[in-house]
Amino acid sequence: MKKIAILGAMTVAGLSAGVASAATLDDVKARGKLNCGVITGLVGFAAPNANGEWEGFDVGVCRAVAAAVLGDPTAVEFVPTTGKTRFTALASGEIDLLARNTTWTFSRDVDLGFEFVGINYYDGQGFMVPKELGVSSAKELDGATVCIQTGTTTELNLADFFRSNNISYEPVPIETNAEAQPLYLEGACDVYTTDASGLAATRAAFENPGDHVVLPEIISKEPLGPLVRHGDNQWGDIARWTLNALIAAEELGVTSANVEELGAAAGNNPEINRLLGTEGTLGEMLGLDADWAKRAIMAGGNYGELFEKNIGENTPIGLARGLNAQWTEGGLLYSPPFR
Amino acid sequence: MSTISDPPSGSFRLSMLINDTRYRSYTFQFIALVLLIMAFAYLGFNLLANLQAAGLNISYQFLGEPAGYDINQTLIEYTSQSSHWRASLVGVLNTLLVAFLGCIMATVIGVFVGVLRLSNNWLVRQLMSIYVEIFRNVPVLVWILIIMAVFIAVLPQPREFRGDDATASMVFGAFAFTGRGFYAPAPIFGPGSGVVIAVFLASVVGIFAFRNYAKKALYDRGQLIPTLWPSLAIFFIPAILAFFVMGRPITLDLPSLQGFNFQGGIFMRNSLIALWFALSIYTAAFIAENVRAGILAVSKGQTEAAASLGLRPGRIMNLVVLPQALRVIIPPLISQYLNLTKNSSLAIAVGYMDLTGTLGGITLNQTGRAIEAIFLLMLFYLAISLAISAIMNVYNNAVKLKER
Repeated sequence: MKKIAILGAMTVAGLSAGVASAATLDDVKARGKLNCGVITGLVGFAAPNANGEWEGFDVGVCRAVAAAVLGDPTAVEFVPTTGKTRFTALASGEIDLLARNTTWTFSRDVDLGFEFVGINYYDGQGFMVPKELGVSSAKELDGATVCIQTGTTTELNLADFFRSNNISYEPVPIETNAEAQPLYLEGACDVYTTDASGLAATRAAFENPGDHVVLPEIISKEPLGPLVRHGDNQWGDIARWTLNALIAAEELGVTSANVEELGAAAGNNPEINRLLGTEGTLGEMLGLDADWAKRAIMAGGNYGELFEKNIGENTPIGLARGLNAQWTEGGLLYSPPFR
Repeated sequence: MSTISDPPSGSFRLSMLINDTRYRSYTFQFIALVLLIMAFAYLGFNLLANLQAAGLNISYQFLGEPAGYDINQTLIEYTSQSSHWRASLVGVLNTLLVAFLGCIMATVIGVFVGVLRLSNNWLVRQLMSIYVEIFRNVPVLVWILIIMAVFIAVLPQPREFRGDDATASMVFGAFAFTGRGFYAPAPIFGPGSGVVIAVFLASVVGIFAFRNYAKKALYDRGQLIPTLWPSLAIFFIPAILAFFVMGRPITLDLPSLQGFNFQGGIFMRNSLIALWFALSIYTAAFIAENVRAGILAVSKGQTEAAASLGLRPGRIMNLVVLPQALRVIIPPLISQYLNLTKNSSLAIAVGYMDLTGTLGGITLNQTGRAIEAIFLLMLFYLAISLAISAIMNVYNNAVKLKER
């Protein structure tokens, strides 16, 4: 039995690592579909809608990459992953791109052998509590029972926060966001903690969002971004510059409404021309055609449009741009130049 | 001079490896072994080559690094600054705890149900079959989730104990049954409590001495001395006397609602209770069938012979049937214990931090050392299972039919 089990483990590890080493771009083109890892369901970021179609902010990134590479934003196979399964799925080649509220950390980038291609949401860990508890600061949470998604950076931040403030807590580890909601609502835990954006999205899905407050403390830096495997630099470049194209498009005023017009012929702004392929050979350098960025922007709009449509202030999730505004408007979004 | 001639020596030829039945089996076994080794070597080298190509290596250094996460139920001292190895040990102990509790409860329920399935009472018999069929045929993960969900939904949460218009209250002011778990008073041992404990232990020894004496009296003189009431008296009276004589050195630490949760006392988490209960009733259904099979394996003549000696039905079961049935029950019971232990790896479904939750869950995730962690996880489970098996086999050898 032991031998069989070891054999099985080795086979899986051996075979899967074998798959991972091939050129991802060719694989995706041959398959005709992009396998994109997303969260199992977090309204606003990635969740199936009433028609069973995935939509959300992270889904937008997947669709943009699919549009740039394959010319079809719907040619995406969404693979729901939990905090625990996501890295194995990416390392084994089951998915080509992971766009799942994943925090960019040193060890994930260096030790786990992944390549973060950018940051699509600057986040931080927060706490949500029922209003009736009358808590106004996270430092008043001594002795509280805290629901937490296991396998995430929030688990480590939480331990650090409570230790440095010298207060105690009782962790209740939970696998997915969906499992955490009933536990929190039934009162099996006093506090739910995850990234502030996730808290806002979870709270928006409650029957009475007003009964719950998100505490003011943000206890960590959580730069969330899409990532790919180490070792395939061309694929990494495609993902990185697709994301940058969405960010640059907002900065340059290119939207899904005017991209067709702006991309039809070279205009006055050389940067827009290079981005949309009417000037220069940027697409060719990536191994794609000249219209790649145009298609990516048409898929769901530029960064700002994606934000407003999925998680912005006019949606139930109601997140302000904050740090995620363009650098010209006091935020941190700053795409390297397209030249 | 011997009439049987020796086999011709020194005439071994290579072709005999195939043609001679004495050597042929060795030849094929050797070939199979070489193939097996080659297959393993291929897989091993393939794994290493692929890991190298992906820029990864096999290393267990992460076990010495600080874990960085907290665990709710720790039987040994553990903080978030302890090492991953320590976190794994906490997980092992949690696995052993729920497996130990589960095996005991499953055995008790299983034997009870197994005996009742053979009851002469139609209703009891049918109820027990329904129990067995329902619990045996629904996956244990579903039972774990159902019990946890019911637990959380039905029992009041700590906040309902709060305030003047509290909807829930503590039982006897000492026990709190909440959706987060059960709180019970914990003993605090003051000075002089050692005497009370010593007296208590001495009285337990006394009970065994008394029962031995009663047994001896029964066998030697045929004198039947009642044992139940004297045993109870020996159990309680000296310890209680010592308790008051020493000026009540042992006090109780009562749980009380402070802040978000009850503080003090002994806390048994909802995850442990749900997991323990689910594993017990699930495995008990299988054990019940083993017990039934074991009892049916004892020939009816034994029961009739015991009855003709004038033994009452309860005694026939305890003194005649069950001891013989045990020989049939124990071997499959070992596998049920192993099943229960391995099924406890579903603990993460209710947030119980067992070995799979710590080493195979958070540690694996935070370090990304999947192959190393899974390999170590397998070794731990293998060691636990083999240990259970070894202990149970000792017991099996003790009860099995002694052939002389």
